[in-house]
Amino acid sequence: MNDVVRSSGGTGTIHAAGVEIKDLRKSYGSNEVLKGISLDVAPGEVVCLIGPSGSGKSTLLRCVNLLEQPNQGSIQVGGFEATDPDVDIDKMRRKVGMVFQQFNLFPHLDAKRNCSIAQTKVLKRSQAEADKVSMHNLERVGLGHLADRFPDQLSGGQQQRVAIARALSMDPELMLFDEPTSALDPETVGDVLSVMRNLAKEGMTMLVVTHEMGFAREVADRVVFMDGGVVVEEGVAEQVIGAPTQPRTKEFLRRVLDPTHIEIEE
Amino acid sequence: MAMTARQRARVSLYVQAGIFIVAVAALILATDWETIGNSVFNFAKIGPMFPGIFVTGLVNTLVYTFLGFIVGLSGGLLLALMKLSSFPLYRWIATGYIEFFRGIPALLVFIAFGYGVPLAFGVSWNVTVIVMISLGMVASAYIAETLRAGLQAVPKGQLEAARSLGMPQWRAMVTIVIPQAFKIVLPPLTNEIILLTKDSSLIYVLGLTASQYELTKFGRDGISSLGAGLTPLLVAGAFYLVITIPLSLLARKFESRSARTKR
Repeated sequence: MNDVVRSSGGTGTIHAAGVEIKDLRKSYGSNEVLKGISLDVAPGEVVCLIGPSGSGKSTLLRCVNLLEQPNQGSIQVGGFEATDPDVDIDKMRRKVGMVFQQFNLFPHLDAKRNCSIAQTKVLKRSQAEADKVSMHNLERVGLGHLADRFPDQLSGGQQQRVAIARALSMDPELMLFDEPTSALDPETVGDVLSVMRNLAKEGMTMLVVTHEMGFAREVADRVVFMDGGVVVEEGVAEQVIGAPTQPRTKEFLRRVLDPTHIEIEE
Repeated sequence: MAMTARQRARVSLYVQAGIFIVAVAALILATDWETIGNSVFNFAKIGPMFPGIFVTGLVNTLVYTFLGFIVGLSGGLLLALMKLSSFPLYRWIATGYIEFFRGIPALLVFIAFGYGVPLAFGVSWNVTVIVMISLGMVASAYIAETLRAGLQAVPKGQLEAARSLGMPQWRAMVTIVIPQAFKIVLPPLTNEIILLTKDSSLIYVLGLTASQYELTKFGRDGISSLGAGLTPLLVAGAFYLVITIPLSLLARKFESRSARTKR
């Protein structure tokens, strides 16, 4: 892997890493949720995972930073063989930022401390340096003025942007987003998406599980449609969302995109 | 006679208040006030208890309780983590310990550590050490269960977020999960201290020198030396309330604060 020297404190250019997933399988008991997934993400590429709930897209995302242990297959993340039993999980995770549907901010810490705690405890940065990086990233997501607020004093959209700033403060080379806007009030979705859009422009490698078809179409280099634990269709966003070839993809998109089509799903 | 629901409720309230007043009056009338006055409310003769019960008794009770609580908190945290461990042996040890020490009277633990262990191993511990260990071991069992509940009440996403930032398991627990768990269990933990304050009285089974007396021992000593009946015990009891009522209020304050905010 070629390491690019960057300016200190996470203020410099993004050094993006790629992901290679080969024949990944994951079961819970007898229920196989990932049935041999292969997916490559190039450094700096933005890939959106779409598909119905229960299709395994979140599980796939969580396998990439080993929040879920895959049963079979291999994952390579920025020079780490994630599926190697001897891999240093914590070291690998520092390169992989994760953004959760439920934000998972630390409620006992203010926004700035949320961003700095792992910098001081894991990266061993000084408090002053960590604060500087935290402030930089909070400003990057448009929340520099709310750095001393606690999570319960912030709206959902603001919390999610702090969560993104928190992940960015570790200088990740890859960002994973697990339905980052699904728990948000509609009026705050836009702010979070525009932060993600900027991040994509800056060249971050992003793997995004989302139901925001507009975002996927506009920002993603590639869209992957999953259903029943397999990749059904993948390609450039315009093709997969605009002109899907597989019947299952067509059916899914018809349901998601057609607001007049009302169908009760269990 | 037809009454509205509101009238019926009011009449029922009057009847309840009436029954209560009659019961209290009957109790007052039936009491032998002279005897009670001599043997329980005989405050004229308790002078010699002061200032000892205050400067020695109250202080020792606080010290014994504090030491027991510190040991109990450390032991309880260790046991709680063991009980949540994925390693079965740890879970079994913790479960066995907790069930055992919650199941036997604290008095037996004091006797075991006050007499049994020194005899068995030929050691002689001073009273403070015995209290610290006995009270601490009993407290560990109760606090462990409280902390376990608190640790489990912290959302799973907190650990996941911390681990995703590259924190090792122990670091994520120490920095993220345990502080939140403590905030959750602050009210029950305060109640735990109240129980400990009272349990600290059990060291009366050991031989104490005058400087080691705590509140209950002062009360019991007063009974035999002052000729004021049980009055000294009443005084000791009042001192316990001086400790426990503020703690109780503190617990309530923690409760209302955690109801308002998650911080």
